[in-house]
This record gives sequence, C-alpha cells and structure tokens, in this order.
Amino acid sequence: MTDLANALPPLAERPTLLGWMRKNLFDTWYNSLLSILAILFIYWAARGMLTWAFQVAKWQVIAVNLRLFIIGQYPIEQAWRLWVSMLLLAFLIGNSLGIWGRSRVLLVTLFLLPLALAVLPFSGQVRLWLASLSGMGGLGWLIGRSAGRALRQVVIAGWVIWMPIFILLIHGITPEGQGWMPTVASNLWGGLLLTLLLTIVGIVFSFPLGVLLALGRRSELPIIRWFSIGYIELVRGVPLVTILFMAQLMLPLFLPANVTIDRVLRAMVGITLFSAAYLAENVRGGLQAISKGQFEAAHALGLNSAQTMILIVLPQALRLVIPILVSQFIGLFKDTTLVSIVGLFDLLGIADTVLAQPEFLGLQREVYVFISVLYWVLSYAMSYASQRLEVSLGLGER
Amino acid sequence: MTHSTAQNSGIPFWRDERILRILGQIAFMFALGILGYFIYANMMDGLRRQGMTLGFSFFTGIAGFDIGESLIEYSRESSYLRAFQVGLLNTALVSVVGIFLATILGVILGVARLSTNFLINRLAALYLEIIRNLALLVFLIFWYAAVFLKLPKVKEAIVWPGNILLTNRGLGIPWGIPTASFWTYAWVLAFGFFLAIGVALLLVQQGRRTGRSPLVTLWASLTFLAVAVIGWLVLPEPPLRLDLPYVKGLNLAGGKILSPEFMALTSGLVLYTAAFIGEVVRAGIMSVPKGQVEAARALGLSGFQSLRLVVFPQALRVIVPPLISQYLNLTKNSSLAVAIGYPDLFYVSSTIINQSGRAVEMISLVMLTYLSLSLLTSLFMNWYNQKIKLVER
Repeated sequence: MTDLANALPPLAERPTLLGWMRKNLFDTWYNSLLSILAILFIYWAARGMLTWAFQVAKWQVIAVNLRLFIIGQYPIEQAWRLWVSMLLLAFLIGNSLGIWGRSRVLLVTLFLLPLALAVLPFSGQVRLWLASLSGMGGLGWLIGRSAGRALRQVVIAGWVIWMPIFILLIHGITPEGQGWMPTVASNLWGGLLLTLLLTIVGIVFSFPLGVLLALGRRSELPIIRWFSIGYIELVRGVPLVTILFMAQLMLPLFLPANVTIDRVLRAMVGITLFSAAYLAENVRGGLQAISKGQFEAAHALGLNSAQTMILIVLPQALRLVIPILVSQFIGLFKDTTLVSIVGLFDLLGIADTVLAQPEFLGLQREVYVFISVLYWVLSYAMSYASQRLEVSLGLGER
Repeated sequence: MTHSTAQNSGIPFWRDERILRILGQIAFMFALGILGYFIYANMMDGLRRQGMTLGFSFFTGIAGFDIGESLIEYSRESSYLRAFQVGLLNTALVSVVGIFLATILGVILGVARLSTNFLINRLAALYLEIIRNLALLVFLIFWYAAVFLKLPKVKEAIVWPGNILLTNRGLGIPWGIPTASFWTYAWVLAFGFFLAIGVALLLVQQGRRTGRSPLVTLWASLTFLAVAVIGWLVLPEPPLRLDLPYVKGLNLAGGKILSPEFMALTSGLVLYTAAFIGEVVRAGIMSVPKGQVEAARALGLSGFQSLRLVVFPQALRVIVPPLISQYLNLTKNSSLAVAIGYPDLFYVSSTIINQSGRAVEMISLVMLTYLSLSLLTSLFMNWYNQKIKLVER
C-alpha cells in the first residue's frame, strides 16, 4: 500500500450560506447594490401585501357571495345537477389517470384539490359534495387501475358524451318551473360556471373548425386555400372584443326574423369563431413539421389523400402541437372575461353585481384580487397539469 | 370506339381527381355564396323593418355625446366622423406610449431574467410567472377601480417630488407650454438634426479611409445636443414655459392632467405586455450560441463591443418578429379600454352604435381599421425578415 491510497481526498468546497451569498448576490459592487435594493423591495412589498391581506382587507364580501361567484344566479335547489356533472368529470379524470397516468403527483393533487377547497367557508352540504368528488375520483382511479386497458374505449366514449351531458344538466329537460329537471334560463348562468362553460364549448367546437382551416390553408385547391387564409388573417387581425360585439349585435341580424338566439349562445359562437383562427395557425405549424417522406410513404402504401391526412399526418402533427394548444386554451380561458363587456355575468361580470350591493360598496380591491387569484390558480393548474401530461405522454422524447 | 376514350381518361369522370377537385371547389363556392346571400338577405330584411339603410352618410351628422379626453378639438356638436377620429387618435396615443414603455420594461425584465444575481433573477421570474397567468381584463379593471380610483380626493392630493399630484380625478404632472419662440426653436432642432447626420457621414467616411472606427453615434448625438442647448440659451425667451399642476376647487388645473382611465389602461397594458416582451428578449439573447461571444473575445473585441457587434445583431433577428407581434397585441388589447371607459377607437365606436344604431357600418369600420393595422404590420415583418435573413454562402 502506497501512501497515495491513504491520501486525503481533495478539499471539497463546503457549500456554506455565506459562500453562496458571496457568489450569487455580492460578487461585484453593482450586484451587491442590486441585491440590497431587491431585498428592500421584497421587504416593502411583502409587508404591504401581508398587512393589507390580513389586517385591512374585508374578506366577508367574498365569503358572503361565494355562491354568486361560483354559479351566479343559478337556482340553489337545482345545484345538484352541476354537482352530478362534476362527479362524472371527477370519475372520468380519475379513470383516465388510472389507465394512462404515470404521474402520482398529478393524481394526488387532483385528489386533494376538492378537499382543499372545502377549507373555504362553504356550507356542510357543499363540503359533502366536495368530499364525494374526491371519492369519485379515487373510485375512478381504482377501477381504471384494475381494469387497465380494457376500459379504454369506454372512457374515451365517456369523455365524448360528457360535454353534451354537462350542457343538458345545466340547461334542464322539462319546461321552466316544473318537472324534475326544470329548464334554467341562460341569463341565470353565471360566475365560474359560465366561465368554464364558455371555455369548454370554445375548446370543443374550435378544435375541429381550426383543424379544417389549417388543412384548408395548406390545400392545393386555390379557392379553399384563399378562403382559409382570408378567414384566418381577418380574425387574427381584429381584437376579440370586436368579434364578441359582432356576435351580440349582428348575429341576430344575420338570421331570419323569427329565429331568436340566446345571448350566451352568441358569445359561444363569437369565442369559437375567434379561437378557431388561432388554433388553425398552431395546427399549421404542426403540419409543416411533418416531413414529406411521410406523405410519400403513405401514398406508396396506397392510401389516398384523405386517408393520408387522417391516419398518418394529423395524428403526428396534433401530437406535436399539444403543448402550444394547451397554452392557447389557457389563453382562451382568460379571454372569456371579455364576455362581461357584452353584458354576460361570468366571473368578472358577477363582480359588478357583488360590488353594487350596498353593504359591500368600495371593496373593489378585495373582489378583484379574489378574481385574479382564482384565474391565476386555475391557469397555473392547467399549465402545470399539461406539463405533467406531456411527460406521461412522452412528448418530445422521440 | 368507346375503348379508346376509356384508354385516354382511364377512369370515369366521377372518380377523376382533377375533375373532382374543380367540382368540389365549385360546390364550395356555391355553398359559400348561398350562405352569404342568406346572411345578406336577412340583414337587409332586418334593417328594412327597423327603417334603416346601409351607408356612411350618417357620418356627417352631429354626434351629440361628450368624449372625456381628446387630442383634437371636439365638442358635442362635432360630427360622428370627428368622434371617430378622436377615438383613433386616442388608440394611437395609448399604443405608442404603451409600446415605448413596455419595450423598456420588457428589456429590463429580459436582462434581469438572465442576471447572475440570484435575487434579481428570481424576482423577474416571479413577475413573469404571475403576469402570464393573469386575465388581462381583470388586471386592467383592477388598476382602474382598485388603484387609480382609490387615490385620495383632489383636496387631499398626494404630492410626489417633482410636483406630481396624485388624485382620484387623475394625475397632474408638470408640462411645458409652447411660447412664441417655439417654432423658431423647432427649426433650430431640425438644423441640429441635419448637422448631426452630416457629422456622422463625415466620420464614417473618415473611418473608411483610415481604417479606425470612430465613435459615430457619440459625436453625432453630441453635435445635436450642442445645437439644442445653444439654441435654447440664445433665443430671447425659452421655447417652453414650465407649467405646474395645482388644485383648483374640486379639480386639477395647470400642467398636464392624465385621466385615471388613461393611466389605468397604460399601466395595465405596459405591465402585462412587458412580461411577454421580457420572455422574447430572453429567448433572443439565449439563442446566440456561447461560441459567438468567445470567438468575438478571441478576436480581441471588448465585452461591450462583442455585445454590440456580435451578440446583439444576431439576437435581434430572433427578437424582432415576436416583438412586433407583441406590439400588435398591445394595440389590439387597447380595445379593452371599453371596460374602463377610456375613449379609444372601440369605445367611441360603440357609443356611436348606441347613438345612431348603425351597428353594421361601425363594426365593419372598426374591424377594417384594426385589420389594416395588422396587415401593415405583417407587411413590415415580411420586409424585415427578408432584409435580415441569413445570407448563406
């Protein structure tokens, strides 16, 4: 044995807090200055915000009006319909995660989310519903886990019919004011419910329209190509609010005199038409990324143009653009706030109703902070979930 | 004989792709035409029942409503056309001011995001993360209803250094008022500008001859500044008179009064867009490979020189297209002014719709205005992309 074998290992630089600070905060004089300014700013901002949030702000306005924020004027005795559709959704999500999911974090988050919401000042009944949401999610997961891939078709079918069921449940079946599921007029739909409804409808309907436009823009047929280009550029060139105004004011004009069209439906049409143009451009990006060899190989196998598109090109192209589509849909979710400008009572529109209550005059800060936080949390959750989804789908790995 | 025709075409016409394509397009045109006619007929029918016709002749009629703020002369007796122009100019004002400030803040954020300073880096990242998940309209309304309208009344105005008054009726800031010699001074400035260009050209020529690179920008700006300062001092009275804002009764007077609507819209748009510009700038700078800087340093360029001559031109190629589209977004988003009552193009137009009932004409006009703006922008983009395209050898 030589001495070398017993030689001490080289002195590793032990990471100390002081050393780290010297390296990352105070390495040059201007960095030191910036760090000190940043610390002062953080102290000032955090102190101001915490003082306001815990001592000044009157959060009763939120607690009292929580139901208004979430479902608007929707009649409380019919709220079970919304819960039922949420239960179905929870089951579907749990089931899908059980079948496809690889990420435990996402599962636990989704499982805990309803329980976490129960912390808010809800009534006992609502808490019960929230708990059953968690239960439903868990049940779905267990079934998906044990049945495995056998259930795949069933779950996909479930996703497809969920939205019509959701809308049917919101809208009701029997005539207004009678029967076991009376129709609820759409001017009573409001709050987060309306926001989510507009988002879901916008996503579901703009998707096929956008894909068709994207294909049209790349088509070899000049008339169809020019129509698609014209539509896409026209819609992308104008602000959403002008399209919503057009849908509100001009759509009734475009239809025959005896056809009346609901205000919520008009907003849905506007949002869908708007979103489709942006979706088309994103999908086009994916289509352009598919190499020519794929087309040639498909033709060599004897597939015709339509088959090539549907079986070979679109699946690959759509898979490529999932991340960008998700961020577009998050943008759509945030853009639904604009319907409050045309007089619908979405989450933002309902804020005016709340602020007009005489006992809550002048509480704009509380109300708008609450709404902003709600939008922020939901958007962030969506983008987080999509990142996890990309990982478990293995996007970008191949 | 039929045999030979079958050989010529090979397949019957209803399966011949060339013919099917043409037929398909004709069918598409036909369907589109029917839809268009259906919409047009219904619209004309609806308008007739309301006793209206299409056309822009109403544009010369008297508007009859007030507009809170305007860059040009406007009163209730002005025409609709004038009101529309006021809105257009207000949109332009917000866009220009917003783009200018958002660019500055965005570049700062982008650079901060790349800073080696841990705190600065994290603060910028936090800011971007917060803003990107906010709904813009809620953000704007928050600034309006929860910040600028919550400032104290005029009587209890907050006074900031530099004589800036903060009240719920607006912000009063000191402003220069043109005096008699203003236009003379403008000519002096024009002279200085051309002199500076002359100096720059001379320096560039000299640089070519000698092979040294003189500080062109520095000397040109110094020339301009010198002319500006000398002109200001030589003129018998200064071209601008400083006007301070003050409280007059229940209102602000003097200086320049920035309305809460303008302030809320501008700050909201700037803070929101700057986050996205920050991302664009960061991505642009990061897109330049490290080897470029190392090569520049190896050639003996200084840190600043390598930044200015090597990194920046390459980063710009990546930055400019998304930057322009952010500018366009800001301009389009300024139409959200309607929610807080700033009289921009869209808000004024919706007032005109209420006043005159001309929804079809006004919405088409507004859309056309925004559309031409974005088409102009994309024309510029194409030109720019053409110009800076990598010249491959």
